[in-house]
Amino acid sequence: MQSSAKYLTRKGWYQTAIIAIIGGTYILGSWILNFDNLSGLMAVPRAFGWLGINFQPTAKSVEYLPKIWQKLMQTVLLAISSTVVAAIISIFVALIGSKVTGINGFVQLIVRGIASFFRNIPLVAWSMILLFSFKQSDFTGFLALLLMSIGFLIRAFMEIIEDEASETMLALKATGASYFQVIFQAVLPQILPSVLSWILYMIENNVRDATLVGILTGTGIGFIFDLYYKSFRFDAAGMTVLSIIIVVIGLELISNQIRKVIL
Amino acid sequence: MIDSEDRVIKKPQLPSSPNIKLHETSLSRVMILLVFVSLLLITGFTLTHLDTANVQLNAAVKELTSTLHQMFLQPSTGSDGLGELLQGLGMSLLISIMTTIIGAVFGFFFAVLASKNLTNVYLGTIIRVVMAVVRAIPTIIWALIFSIVCGLGSTAAILGLSFHSVAYLTKAYSESIEGIDKSTIESLEVTGSKFWVIVFQAIWPTIMASFVSWTFIRLEINFANAIAVGAAAGAGGIGYQLFVASGMSFDFHEVGFIVYLIILVTFLLEFIAVKIRHFYLDR
Repeated sequence: MQSSAKYLTRKGWYQTAIIAIIGGTYILGSWILNFDNLSGLMAVPRAFGWLGINFQPTAKSVEYLPKIWQKLMQTVLLAISSTVVAAIISIFVALIGSKVTGINGFVQLIVRGIASFFRNIPLVAWSMILLFSFKQSDFTGFLALLLMSIGFLIRAFMEIIEDEASETMLALKATGASYFQVIFQAVLPQILPSVLSWILYMIENNVRDATLVGILTGTGIGFIFDLYYKSFRFDAAGMTVLSIIIVVIGLELISNQIRKVIL
Repeated sequence: MIDSEDRVIKKPQLPSSPNIKLHETSLSRVMILLVFVSLLLITGFTLTHLDTANVQLNAAVKELTSTLHQMFLQPSTGSDGLGELLQGLGMSLLISIMTTIIGAVFGFFFAVLASKNLTNVYLGTIIRVVMAVVRAIPTIIWALIFSIVCGLGSTAAILGLSFHSVAYLTKAYSESIEGIDKSTIESLEVTGSKFWVIVFQAIWPTIMASFVSWTFIRLEINFANAIAVGAAAGAGGIGYQLFVASGMSFDFHEVGFIVYLIILVTFLLEFIAVKIRHFYLDR
């Protein structure tokens, strides 16, 4: 039997080794990337000082407000609609691809592959490819967010179905219900709250991602931030950031309230 | 005592109504219906009012297919060459690893200070609100802000990504800390242990598994973000090469190659995450 002293010594060595590996990776990384930790740390207060001076909303920046809000609302609507369309597509794909409701092993494998493929292509690549053929419009932003969300939601929905619906499904199957009866009477009602929770999370996420897509494809709030920022109208850029903060936190609060009721 | 007789001798009742109630109306069901209907209405409204810049759908889809064909079936290293692309990929990966380490260290300390079952309410609330604000600002905007103060390059990318990582991990860790059984903390408190002793002897071992899995989830997010920051803020890494190839030189063969490289790395990260998670869960 192992003595406790021996065990503790081994545990101590083990922890030291892990900390050394992580610390070593960090130091090596900062050396390779030329990242000066001290000046990096010093840059943080300087950045906030700079933000405090330049991003301060002035009397003039209030004039930008209607335009900013219009673009922001457009972005939120885009995020919501792309998530909803992605959810409708993914729920069907997830139903035929999950282990419990799926058709057969081959289809399941293909669905998993497709989901992981869509998920792992960077948003940057989607935006730029779509921009090339669909030009600078809201539709491009919609498609980029849609394709990305589909990848995430298929995986999430499949996991929900496998975790939550298998028992209910079995119970209904035992009564002799047909496949579609099982799907519509057992699986879908059972997973609906979790599905909604994921949709709300995806909407929040898409509002943030829409900023990136907007900067790249020239649409929505990302475009207007980029425009103000690169033309040195920092007061307007600050106003934009402030509006984004308010909307994102507002969305988070609303969806937390909804989650409290439904889950 | 008197009315107990009524309860004991109950008259047999016939089932009163022939129709069986299949669904109970509850607040939760109404809410779900309400949210779904409003989401669908918003979607319908948005899709019918979408600005499509008069794009010809047929032509656009045809162009997209040919682009995808060039990307995925004929990838090539393009003008940058394999060496430079691998260097960019390594840079992006290093940026994501470093920002995850920064995020994990600071995130853990903030999470300990923000958890309701460990510290006082005021400090916790202040940290929570600050982190919510930091999280609400997209990573790309953080990177753009830092790129003005410390110039374009990896420093701005690291600082920008770290901010979001710290805020995200603080929330994730503090949720797992709050899930700890109260008796674990109390049993150490009665022995007179100091605050940090409790943290490292009781809390740290308990949340180890969820700590590791959240950290690896963040590593994957950070890798995606490092690419995005490189593309939109010119902050180095393979994201910049991806942006140049797809937005300036329109070399979609190279875009395809870069996308394959990125997918390879994300699969590798996922594989390592699964292995390490199993290792910690089995112990």
